[in-house]
Amino acid sequence: MKFPVPHDIKAKTIPGTEGWERMYPYQYQFVTDDPVRNQYEKDTFWFYDGLHYPEPLYPFDTIWDEAWFLALSQFNNRIFMVPPVRGIDHRMINGYVYISPVPVKDPAEIGSRVPNFMERAGYYYKNWDALEAKWKIKMEATIRELEALQIPRLAQMEDLAVVTDAIGESKGYHLLKNYDDLINLGIKCWQYHFEFLNLGYAAYVFFLDFAQKLFPSIPAQRVTQMISGIDVIMYQPDEELKKLARKAIELGVDSVVTFSQEWTEVEAALKKLPKGVEWLTSLTLAREPWFNISTGTGWYHQDRSWNDQMNVPLSGIATYIGKVKQGISIDRPTEKVRAERDRITAEYRDLIEKEEDRKQFDELLGCAKTVFPYVENHLFYVEHWFHSVFWNKMREVGAIMKEHGVIEDVEDIWLLRRDEIKSALWDIVTAWATGVTPRGATTWPKEIVWRKGVMQKFKEWSAPPAIGTAPEVIQEPFTIVLWGVTNKSLADWAAVQEVKDPSSITELRGSAGSPGIVEGKARVCKTVSEVGQLQEGEILVAPTTSPSWAPAFAKIGACITDVGGVMSHAAIVCREYGLPAVVGTGHATKVIKTGMMLRVDGSTGAITIVR
Amino acid sequence: MASAASVMERTPVDPVKTGLPGLPIVCWFEDCRKESVPLVGGKCSSLGELINAGVRVPPGFALTTEGYRRFMADAEIDREVASLLAGVDAQDFEALEKTSVRIRAVIEAQPFSIEIEDLVAECYRKLALRCCMPAVPVAVRSSATAEDLPGASFAGQQDTYLWIRGVDELLHHMRRCISSLYTGRAIAYRANKGFGAEQVAISVGVQKMANSVTAGVMFTIHPANGDRSVIVIDSNFGFGESVVSGEVTPDHFVVNKITLDIIDRTISQKQICYTVDPKTQTAQAIEVPFERQRVQSLIDDEITELAWMGKQIEKHYGRPMDIEWAVDKDLPAGGNIFILQARPETVWSEKSQRAAASPGGSAMDYILSGFLTGKKVS
Repeated sequence: MKFPVPHDIKAKTIPGTEGWERMYPYQYQFVTDDPVRNQYEKDTFWFYDGLHYPEPLYPFDTIWDEAWFLALSQFNNRIFMVPPVRGIDHRMINGYVYISPVPVKDPAEIGSRVPNFMERAGYYYKNWDALEAKWKIKMEATIRELEALQIPRLAQMEDLAVVTDAIGESKGYHLLKNYDDLINLGIKCWQYHFEFLNLGYAAYVFFLDFAQKLFPSIPAQRVTQMISGIDVIMYQPDEELKKLARKAIELGVDSVVTFSQEWTEVEAALKKLPKGVEWLTSLTLAREPWFNISTGTGWYHQDRSWNDQMNVPLSGIATYIGKVKQGISIDRPTEKVRAERDRITAEYRDLIEKEEDRKQFDELLGCAKTVFPYVENHLFYVEHWFHSVFWNKMREVGAIMKEHGVIEDVEDIWLLRRDEIKSALWDIVTAWATGVTPRGATTWPKEIVWRKGVMQKFKEWSAPPAIGTAPEVIQEPFTIVLWGVTNKSLADWAAVQEVKDPSSITELRGSAGSPGIVEGKARVCKTVSEVGQLQEGEILVAPTTSPSWAPAFAKIGACITDVGGVMSHAAIVCREYGLPAVVGTGHATKVIKTGMMLRVDGSTGAITIVR
Repeated sequence: MASAASVMERTPVDPVKTGLPGLPIVCWFEDCRKESVPLVGGKCSSLGELINAGVRVPPGFALTTEGYRRFMADAEIDREVASLLAGVDAQDFEALEKTSVRIRAVIEAQPFSIEIEDLVAECYRKLALRCCMPAVPVAVRSSATAEDLPGASFAGQQDTYLWIRGVDELLHHMRRCISSLYTGRAIAYRANKGFGAEQVAISVGVQKMANSVTAGVMFTIHPANGDRSVIVIDSNFGFGESVVSGEVTPDHFVVNKITLDIIDRTISQKQICYTVDPKTQTAQAIEVPFERQRVQSLIDDEITELAWMGKQIEKHYGRPMDIEWAVDKDLPAGGNIFILQARPETVWSEKSQRAAASPGGSAMDYILSGFLTGKKVS
């Protein structure tokens, strides 16, 4: 399989974006001035991380990419000593992240890593539940620390207390220090994120691998079904909406909750009623922490939480009130899911002929079930809860920068790298201390206008799914399970590159996410704020979905996503509700238009545009 | 052949020579069981077994191996055959073919005795009554005692005749079936395996012909990779012969055996199919009209029902099966899929499956070996 040379892609600079490299860390660039590094980059296989980054990264948002670049790699390569794998290397073109797993090539070195890996990873697998309990304590403490972190405004005159308490430090110093603390908390949170995740995915990947060895045609969705029905907190926010829907009906305020799609209007109306106030009290209880759920994946600053955008959970509550009033159950069919899981598992198990294979199957299934809750739950703690609070803290930093004229709008802060923000804060603080104007007040606004233009052009650019030289073997578990890099996906990616005109496409393929066949009208929703337009029975076409999309699944007939595997949110929820899903199509939201008639086959992964 | 030999042991007195009562000359499928192989051959005994397991099978009857022996003995054809076979070199292909042509001519020219003719005609009349169809069309197939048994598969070495109507035609084609026991290949095969002439017996199955709109084969194991969790179905319009013989690339479906959903489908261009010519009342290959060539020949609901039937048959036999089936065009959905034949799958069942587990057997052992192997991507 031939893929373009990275440097050739990068050389075709989009007109008007010349110099964009300064928006990102220098080590993320494909280089031409260093022959050794250049050759390494050409010989390496890089694939576009569309799973995490459906859109180009803003300079500040690169923080999470750097955070996982470090965290994933260190746990693979320096902590657990995964024998044949080092870390995952990163590059960037036009704001899009390309990644590549780095193998250990020397067989002797691989061998010498084996005992360390067995000891270290073995320790985690053996003590998983106890270590995970510790993890929750560490993680919650980190979030509390973040929530308590002050971003101080710079006063005309410092408080008298600075003198009387002999503090000896100014708000200027605190601003610099607390900004560093904020960034460090973010990096720390991502250290924890990867403490378990690689091992969790490995357990899952190799259970899948073993099942496919026993049953070469087993669909991956059936393997994941064997570990379904386990309680995870990622579904709690949606459960809270259901509870609130029932509570509204019980208190007789459901007509008030649904009278408008504007939260402020609904809230004002509720406040006038005693029962309304009671309902609002229940809501307040549910909001912390459950409404810290992001309306996106949490990876981008623009992914606001439910707490930030109360119209989104309100629309979910309204959907559920409607269902309950029609007499339709809104309970998750957990018992049914578990019964079907047990039936499927037992039938597959019965087909295993050899005793030692049955034993191995049981061992690996048990291990996959143990790791599963973490693999799901970490998302709520890190990507949703921590990130949602973090982005808002950064907005407080932005407000100070705006106050001092360095940026024109709070949301401009995302166009600066985090080290540039630190420099700008130094500029602000020293100017504030001295009583002069920060230099940045004239330089940054111009630069930000230019960067905004660059970002717009980046968004219009279509990132090739893979570049460089394809390897023969991939050993990094993430690469396989998360990005689904397999022989087949590489061939599909190569094929997509050849399609010139998206309107000529009548068939799309993705991973079979949830079985069944449905025909229906497409509704393309690029963000969760558009799900209000969904009509009963329509087929949802989305870049990807996350738990904040959950209420949409009560309405739809099937779901299609651009990005995600059989473990993705859309696939899991569709399997629970018995809806067909095709996930990871690559470009469904580009090819499919709202109103098209589609045939979705969630058992084979085929989508046909009927008309 | 072991089971045929054991019948000989249990019946030390040669029934053919003594004419002892007891062994029937004809036998309805529903009176056969899987133990009936020495009497009615693999195919017919399997059909009896299926009928008694509640599987929808078109009705029919068999001329038994006893009937075959009587036929061979009545006019002393057996001696003639033996003398023709004597001294033929199993490696000499030409000599084999010559001998085969002569033996087959002898068999096909010899009428059945009045007794056998009457018995067959009576069964055929009853079959027509059961099917409410005068001169009911039947398929006439050989049912060998060694064929269809695991380890001795020489399926397809005997002939099948489709859409046979009327007693005279039936009797004629039954003799042709018997003679197919003496093709050059079959003679050579038996000689190489060391089967003596006295061990050779054949039964002939006479089965109501499903007026099939679509037919084909089904494996309750993936024939390409031995995966026991799937059912693989190949189908084409008309009779199943176009699929069995490999004359067309059939439609291909892979069904999950556990959940019965279709996980893979390939719709092929099917240029020909076998159907009955309404004028001549004979089965023949015709060209599929161009606009139908790429149409899915079996609808999804039928695929699911068929796979479910396959799963039940496998459960009954306790092993992966190779099944022929047809969808009857004269019957309503829900009762129109018929099983024409079912035999144990032999290719994968013979292989001793290598264990996939890692030597240590713990999850950690497997994860380590998985890491070390990696995933091939090109």
